[in-house]
Amino acid sequence: MMKLTKTTTALATLALLGLAGPALAEIRIGATLSATGPASFLGDPEAKTLEMLVEEVNAAGGINGEQVELVLYDDGGDPNKARTFATRLVEDDEVSAIIGGTTTGTTMSIIAVAEDAGIPFISLAGAVDIIDPVKPYTFKTPHTDRMACQKIFEDMQKRGFSKIGMISGTDGFGASMQAQCKSVAGDYAIEIVADETYDPKDADMTAQLTKIKGAEGIQAVLNPGFGQGPSIVTRNYKQLAIGLPLYQSHGVASDGFIDLAGADAAEGVRLPGTALLIAGILPDSDPQKPVVTAYKTAFETRTGTPVGTFGGYANDAFLILKDAITRAGSTEPAAIRDAIEATSGLVGTTGTYTMSPENHLGLDLSAFRMLEIKGGTWSMAE
Amino acid sequence: MSELLQFLLSGVTVGAVYALVALGFTIIFNASDVVNFAQGEFVMLGGMTTVFAHAAGLPLPLAALVAILATAAIGVALNKLAIEPARGAPVVSLIIITIGASIFIRGAAQLVFDKQIHKLPAFSGDDPIVLLGATILPQSLWVICGALVVFAGLWFFFTRTLLGRAVLATSNNRLAAQLVGINTNFVMTLSFALSAGIGALAGVLVTPITLTSYDVGLGLALKGFAGAMLGGMGNPKGALAGGFLLGLLEALTAGYLSSQYKDAAAFVVILAVLFFMPQGLFGRKSTDRV
Repeated sequence: MMKLTKTTTALATLALLGLAGPALAEIRIGATLSATGPASFLGDPEAKTLEMLVEEVNAAGGINGEQVELVLYDDGGDPNKARTFATRLVEDDEVSAIIGGTTTGTTMSIIAVAEDAGIPFISLAGAVDIIDPVKPYTFKTPHTDRMACQKIFEDMQKRGFSKIGMISGTDGFGASMQAQCKSVAGDYAIEIVADETYDPKDADMTAQLTKIKGAEGIQAVLNPGFGQGPSIVTRNYKQLAIGLPLYQSHGVASDGFIDLAGADAAEGVRLPGTALLIAGILPDSDPQKPVVTAYKTAFETRTGTPVGTFGGYANDAFLILKDAITRAGSTEPAAIRDAIEATSGLVGTTGTYTMSPENHLGLDLSAFRMLEIKGGTWSMAE
Repeated sequence: MSELLQFLLSGVTVGAVYALVALGFTIIFNASDVVNFAQGEFVMLGGMTTVFAHAAGLPLPLAALVAILATAAIGVALNKLAIEPARGAPVVSLIIITIGASIFIRGAAQLVFDKQIHKLPAFSGDDPIVLLGATILPQSLWVICGALVVFAGLWFFFTRTLLGRAVLATSNNRLAAQLVGINTNFVMTLSFALSAGIGALAGVLVTPITLTSYDVGLGLALKGFAGAMLGGMGNPKGALAGGFLLGLLEALTAGYLSSQYKDAAAFVVILAVLFFMPQGLFGRKSTDRV
């Protein structure tokens, strides 16, 4: 009992000191990310990116001269926890805006809280359902899987392919992209002649690929999925000497993929990726070059790990928010929301964002670059 | 024809992975009737430790040896710290303890190693071996050989050595085993060390095919467990046959029916087998004397 009292007193004193001292953090930004758990390989770089950017901004004098405080929670990829943390961010921490929702599942539970409370929310998850239909306070930075399908089919059409096979993971990402690709394939006069799936934990996909290989008139193969599945598909593809062009999704757009699949097996694989992956070979005239180079250098110096697309989503979310708060000149959630919606021509690592009341993503197909793996590294296919 | 052969080779590749994992379940089960749900974590530890030891500069065989010994030590620790203190508890409680241990090891691996996916180089290159128009990777042969060697070793251990029979005796009746002079504590420690070591060996052999990460254990353990149940829990012959059968079932379903129903078809067959032969294909008949 005595101990408890002591702790409480200490806490109260600390709280008093905090109140009495100069109010350092004027702008409070909340985040709930999946830094641990099954989506940790997405959430971990996102959390590190946000921490890094907030430090940078504060060192440079803050936004509009006010310091930024980041309230960061780790929801472990659990939508229930994400909801609890979102509620805490709104009610206890009284944040002006929320960044987060590493996965579509956690995003969906944050949306409910943010929309109710009228707090602007920028999601880092992929699904098109997050911003379609448009919800007043919800925005997102990653392109949708539908856009990835469109970009891939555009490239296939250019190369004259009309009959393709698909092998998709049965995880959320793979299943969602498989459905999106099937729904837009007709727009590009592409017929899916073989449609196979694999479990993301499977050790071997040669059975499915053998079946695809035998499909009549097949010209190319597309593999929507992320994690280790696509690496194993790429290896098996080489093992079976299928010889047709192989397309992967943006889900594996990282150097790790080339490493896991092996440079030899990955040779010639195409996928839609962001400018961040090819920072080194972007022409100097490219408007994204300075942004991606700055983020890549800062992130890699700080963490010692290679930069990835997912951390880039967090980078862009923060840039959009910073830009909006600067223009709004206020920390009122409603004013920030209006300013985010008016974002125009903001260059991020993922693409150039121009939001509107009808479009809360603000990216078009040009945000994706069609990349090809050549000699163990990325090159531009266009 | 070459299509069927490819499906079979694909099934054998996957089946060998399952069989190797399934074999790891047998020893602890034989010693204590406990299904060790942390077995998948031993497989993960074998793979991850080898990856990190190899990256730190150790040659691959040495890194593998370090991984197997380290994992065996963790197996011993699991027995000493979690299973032994709960000795009087019913088997179900012990099984639940192993589930807890599995979650703990996974969490610890996340901190000690990292959350990324890793690979190991294949032992004898990546050039596939072509067989009548179908292909198999040399690494698959390593896994198949590994499964056969472990099987032979276990069979010899349980039927031809005094120690192996002591393990079986401990499982049968711990008190009676003690009365005839078997050190049952030592038998339990030994069985955890061996199980963990076999799990780690499986991890080393399959990682060039399956890749590895901190959370790879659960999926492998589930499939290995299914294979072991199909063949008959506790019987090395059953684990081997069950693992290969499961792999072949999956590959043939994916090839001739649909990959959507691959896992479902395999589990329907397992359910059917267990319905008619509750002990599995090669399980020992248990008779309780009253």
